[in-house]
Amino acid sequence: MPDHLTAPLVVEFPFTRSLGPVQSAFLTGLRERTVLGVRTHDGRVLVPPVEYDPDTADELRGLVEVGTTGTVTTWAWNPAPRRGQPLGTPFAWVLVRLDGADTALLHALDAPGPEAVHTGLRVRVRWAERRTGAITDIACFEPHDSTTRTQTRPHDGAFVDPVTGITTPARLDYTYTPGRAQTRHLHALARRRTVGERCPACHKVCVPPRGACPTCGVATTDRVEVGPRGTVTTFCVVNIKARGLPIDVPYVYAHIALDGADLALHGRIAGIPCNEVRMGLRVEPVWTDDGPYPDHYRPTGEPDAPYDTYKGML
Amino acid sequence: MAALSPAPAPAPVPVAVVAFAQSDHRRATPGTSEAELLLPVLRDVLDQAGLAPGEADFTCSGSSDYLAGRPFSFTLTLDAVGAWPPVAESHVEMDGAWALYEAWVKLLTGEADTALVYAHGTSSAGSLRDVLSRQLDPYYAAPLWPDSVALAALQAQALIDAGDTDEDDLARIAARNRTVARANPHAQLRAAGPHGDYVVRPLRTADCPPVSDGAAAVVLAAGDTARRMHERPAWIRGIDHRVEPHALGVRDLTDSPSTRRAAERAGAYDAPLDLAELHAPFTSQEVVLRKALRLADDVRVNPSGGALAANPVMATGLIRLGEAAARIHRGEARRALAHATSGPCLQHNLVAVLEGDSA
Ligand SMILES: [Zn+2]
Repeated sequence: MPDHLTAPLVVEFPFTRSLGPVQSAFLTGLRERTVLGVRTHDGRVLVPPVEYDPDTADELRGLVEVGTTGTVTTWAWNPAPRRGQPLGTPFAWVLVRLDGADTALLHALDAPGPEAVHTGLRVRVRWAERRTGAITDIACFEPHDSTTRTQTRPHDGAFVDPVTGITTPARLDYTYTPGRAQTRHLHALARRRTVGERCPACHKVCVPPRGACPTCGVATTDRVEVGPRGTVTTFCVVNIKARGLPIDVPYVYAHIALDGADLALHGRIAGIPCNEVRMGLRVEPVWTDDGPYPDHYRPTGEPDAPYDTYKGML
Repeated sequence: MAALSPAPAPAPVPVAVVAFAQSDHRRATPGTSEAELLLPVLRDVLDQAGLAPGEADFTCSGSSDYLAGRPFSFTLTLDAVGAWPPVAESHVEMDGAWALYEAWVKLLTGEADTALVYAHGTSSAGSLRDVLSRQLDPYYAAPLWPDSVALAALQAQALIDAGDTDEDDLARIAARNRTVARANPHAQLRAAGPHGDYVVRPLRTADCPPVSDGAAAVVLAAGDTARRMHERPAWIRGIDHRVEPHALGVRDLTDSPSTRRAAERAGAYDAPLDLAELHAPFTSQEVVLRKALRLADDVRVNPSGGALAANPVMATGLIRLGEAAARIHRGEARRALAHATSGPCLQHNLVAVLEGDSA
């Protein structure tokens, strides 16, 4: 086995946001092939629009329609597009000041190569075929010869069936590494042994070990096998079924101090009616054939442990 | 009617950095947990200050769960602190430079005399360029997944268009930082390599920071306690941070008004500086910062090699403060500027001015 363990870890979440009046109008406008900006009290037009003036914090509500053509204010050639980016072939990231706007919008520019791109390049919006009310309704920009037009038109921001929220799916891929102490613990667990680590300062045995004594803030040293039997220090009765968890309710979830350990770990208690589980109950692990850790703990039949033997671990 | 004038506020007790420690910064540390990464760093810094684990009056840390994809990972780092019985503790989901700022405020209130500040980043666990895109505005920017190099490249091109730099100049900045990093045993890149291919044009491999795992810690102390802990405390004469709008398209990417404002309020322009540690992950950002800070030609910039030599995200800014303080501790500088940044294209900037006692 390797001296340190790793495992793939995928974090995936739908980032759901409500929009508010200005962003709702802007994104709904994109769905309708209309680009809106917002006018500040000193007359500048911000595209994409925001609800508050970045300079003065004034509340901004005066929407205007700007052009779908504009000018590149800076660019960067991306030779290797990454997951989720607007185009799958090499493209330029651009900031585009649309005609009528005083600020620039971040997006992608579809161009044959970096030699075709320069600051000052005239471009226009290429609309996505399927539009939902999102910044990606602009598929990208494309080079387009045209003259600058600076007129804007007032717009009431009203559309049929406005978009009021967006969901942005996010996925990030990681490699999880548990560290030295937990790797040692997991290797032992694979042999159905529970191994903790002792603090050189307070001599307590931490299970599962994380490399440091949380009381003393020093590295744990000696490895100590604990259990397999232990004592229930405290418990609760779970009455709500967790989605995807194939365990019937009610069941008992407990803190269990394994013999020789100075920290209690978590485990499910079975083989005894819920209403008979008690503090001090002596238990032992029950393994299933392929389980990486005990499936649950069951009573050993020994007399209950005296309170004084586990009160320090509550 | 005469207004009652409030009693004058007492002069705040001066606060100093009295100890600094950091790990070696490496491309990956797959064998270590958060606590295992931090333990030797915390032990080092506490030993320097003469403090036992848990003895500091206040503890504040900076880190981001997104880097390694572990919810509440900062709570796991408390295992390395000695946090029982309970200690006064806080955390910022930011670079540790901002944890230092919070600790500085705490010491100014008089409620604490000493503070332990630490930060860690294990960027190797994920894809840092993509992870950093999740800090962007979720409506207009994040759905496009613009990665951190792409945004820095837009800034670099704006600087080139403005005549502030060119690719040869950027190559020289990359080479200088990594050449001086030879003297920094903790650095990850300690020799100038080739400028390399474009990552996102106009930025090439050497213009970009390494992906690093690492940790750092400092101890702050007030007044006479600081004098007891170090013969040459690095006094924080001023510290301030300012932020710019999140929308890239409303900013002038060739300038850093937030850095300038923070530097003014920290007193950076009040007297000449010996040294500046700048948190510029990309070569082009050093151009922006030098301009905004109006650094004189005789100011030593990034003798540590800066973020281009080691970039443990969330600790990189704190390391700038620690490196500047360590030069004062060693008598190699009298008045130093330390800068930390956060967000895309230098959006949020912190500036501190550190001084040794007059000879
Ligand atoms: Zn201990």
